[in-house]
Formats: sequence, C-alpha cells, structure tokens
Amino acid sequence: MAFEFKQVSVRRVNRLVLDEVSARIPAAGITVVAGPSGAGKTTLLRLCNRLDIPDAGRVWYRGQPLDELDPLALRRRVGMVFQRPTPFPGSVADNLAVAHPDAGAEEMTAALTRVALDPGLLGQDARTLSGGELQRMCLARTLVTRPETLLLDEPTSALDAQPKQVFEATARDLAVQGITIIWVTHDSAQADRVADRIYQLCDGHLTAAAGEARP
Amino acid sequence: MNDTVSWAGLAVSLLLVAAAAGISWWQRLGLQRQILVAAVRALVQLLLVGAALTLVISPGRSIWWSWLWVAAMLGYAATVARRRAPEVPHLLTLALASFTAAAVVILGVLFGLHVFPLTGRTLVPIAGMMVGNSMTATVLAGRRLTDELRDKRDEVEARLALGQPSRQAATPYMRAALRAALTPQIETTKATGLVFLPGAMTGLILAGAAPLQAVLVQTVVMFLVLAATATTTTVIALGLIRRLFTPDHRLVYLPTPADH
Repeated sequence: MAFEFKQVSVRRVNRLVLDEVSARIPAAGITVVAGPSGAGKTTLLRLCNRLDIPDAGRVWYRGQPLDELDPLALRRRVGMVFQRPTPFPGSVADNLAVAHPDAGAEEMTAALTRVALDPGLLGQDARTLSGGELQRMCLARTLVTRPETLLLDEPTSALDAQPKQVFEATARDLAVQGITIIWVTHDSAQADRVADRIYQLCDGHLTAAAGEARP
Repeated sequence: MNDTVSWAGLAVSLLLVAAAAGISWWQRLGLQRQILVAAVRALVQLLLVGAALTLVISPGRSIWWSWLWVAAMLGYAATVARRRAPEVPHLLTLALASFTAAAVVILGVLFGLHVFPLTGRTLVPIAGMMVGNSMTATVLAGRRLTDELRDKRDEVEARLALGQPSRQAATPYMRAALRAALTPQIETTKATGLVFLPGAMTGLILAGAAPLQAVLVQTVVMFLVLAATATTTTVIALGLIRRLFTPDHRLVYLPTPADH
C-alpha cells in the first residue's frame, strides 16, 4: 500500500473537513480521488506529504506511520503538483535547480523531455510560459527530486482541452514508468479517462471506490 | 552657555505654533485645534521627560537608574511596535528580543570600545536614538515578511513540497522584507549633510558645540542607527520565521489584516 488512512479527521475553524476517513491507496497506477468542490480532497492530498497533519487518526506511507518519518525526506519521495502553477522567479533551469541544486544540464533536459516540454525552454523565463507549459514545468521540477509517488491537486483545472490532454498523457506515461500517482479532480470525465481506480470523497467521508481496479 | 533657550524664548516660539494654526484657519483646514493640542502635548511630554531625565542622569546618581530607564524604554518600544502592526504574530516578544539584541550590539561597541564614556548622560540618549530610529524599520520588516508569506503561500508551500527546510523556503521572502525595511535608512544615511542636517547635530550646534564635534557625534549616531536597523530587522525576521513555521516544516495559518 502507498497510503493507508485510519480514522483520519481534520477540523478547520469549526468545520469537519475530513470525518474519520479510512482508506487504502495501492502503490501502483493512478488513483483518482473525485468529489465536489470543498469535499476535502485537497486536504486529503496535503496529509500525504505532511503540508497538513490530521487532528485525529493516523496516516501510513508504505507501512510506516507518516508522523515518524522525516518530513523533508518524505516530501522528496512524495512530490506534489498544485492546482495553480507556482513558478519561482528566474528561468526554467532556475526553477529546476530549486528542487535539485546539483542537477546538471543533462538531468534537466531529461526532466523536461519526460513531461513533453522542449529542452530549449531551459533558459527561458518561467513566467513567460503558457499555462499548460507552466504546469508541466512544475511537474518536471517535482520529478528532478526523483519521487516514487506524485500527488496531483487538480493540476489541469485551469487548462484548455489540448494542454489538458497532453498533461494526462504525460501522467499516464509516468505511471507506466512506475510512479504511483494520486490525482485529485472534480472532473468525472477526466477521472474516467485517467484512473486505474476511483475513490469518491463526499461530505468528509471517503465512500466506496467507484470503478475499482480497472486493469 | 549663552546660546541656551530661556523660558521667555520658549514662550516667544509659541508664535510659530500660532502661525501654523493661523494658516489652518486662513485656509479653512479645520486643524487649528489639533495643531494646538499637538504642540501643548509635545511641550508637556518633553518637560516631563526632561524632569525625569534630570533625576536619572544627575551627577552622583547611580547608573543603574539609567539602565532601568533603558529597560523601560525597550519594553515600551515593543508595545508600540505591537500596537502598530497587530497582524504580525508574536510581535511583542519578537520586538523586545530585537531591541535587546540591538542594545547589546550597539551599547557593546560604543561603550565597550570607549567611543563614549559610560555615564547616564550618554547611555540614555544613545539607547533612545537606537530604539526611536529603528522602530519604523522593525515594524516594516515584520509586516512585510508576514504579508509575503501569507500572499505567496502557494509559492512557499511549493518550495516546502520540494523538500526545502522552512528556513530555506522562507529565505527569498525574508530577503525581500529586509531589503524593503533597510533601504530607506540607507538612503537617509546617504543624503545626510546634503539634503538635511540631522537632529543631533543641529541640536549640538544650537547648544554651542563646535561644528566638528557636532559632526563627529552625529556620524556616530548615524552609524548606530544603521546598525540598530540592520540588527532589529534581522532578529525580527529570523524570529518570525521560527514562529510562522512548525518544527515539522509547515507554514502556519496566517489571517489577513482584515481579520484583526
């Protein structure tokens, strides 16, 4: 199992965002966590790399309790791409260097190629990229830390159909290469397109997995 | 000294306040009352401080009274900083720590290395200059860093999510805050003597000191203000980073100023 949630609750300003959620997320393929806006999907994802911690219950990662792991090492094993692209000041290469200061040109080129970006963009100011390119640059930036698991928080919600398609294909390739992906989305069509299995999060509860275990 | 201001002279100088109030009346600014209140308040406050200072630094009085005065000044300055920027978390303790750190550095250099003799007459005004002149920069640094971390939360968390420790993830925002807080003081230091004559020097010359002596004292004061500003802002920034991130490298929730 990649992640195991046992009776996990998260409270935010008098509101129960997650209510005794228990679930097991396998360490293979793409697991989609679907559900309406405000259902607690992002919170569930943020628990996985300890950007948030539960108020009750416990989360395990590959058999180890998350709270016993070094958070910095964990975050390099469990990368995350946020809903809105977050370019840092400077070029694309500067952005990748934030994640891996010792990465050489070869490693950076490989990271861009993996996310279907032209390596010629390395010297370009990151803030001049298109929305789709920017989100894939953020994915490449995460990949240079060589994560074994990727958390994707509605990464294509601001993208048009074509860049969305490219991002989905890129993510599928990464899953085939052995990276475990947990993908949060409220887009059920996208969930059907990319998921190996789908969990539904509604009213703070993770309900029975729909479309379980697609081959 | 023959150049001191007499009580009669002070009374005559009230004509200047009357001139300011007259302009307000003439232009219908409606500020006459505020001008008069401000002038009277300043006069009363300064007379009270003068009386207290006379007691504290009079010859033969133990220097511990002066140290007590300095401690009270540091504590009061911290409460003023807290009032000015209530949206900055833990500002009271952080400002107290930063003013104390600046006091250690500045008083240590100026008195430890015998730039000035350690007496109540030198200690109290120097500590006053230090606190008074670094207050604005201290509040600015705290406010700017809190704003940066709150407004750029996505960016900060993206850095944390890449495995950066909180201190490293906060560094770009800390640098921006420190630059913003220190630049005005550096500009003021550069313009001193060209654009304006600073207060300490003007006061010394008016009181009859030789201009060269006044320049030497003023230069030391400018340097102490520069060091005080750099020290207080850095201590505030480093302290805030410790408080705004948890030990397991998460950014705490930061309310917007409207929530206060």
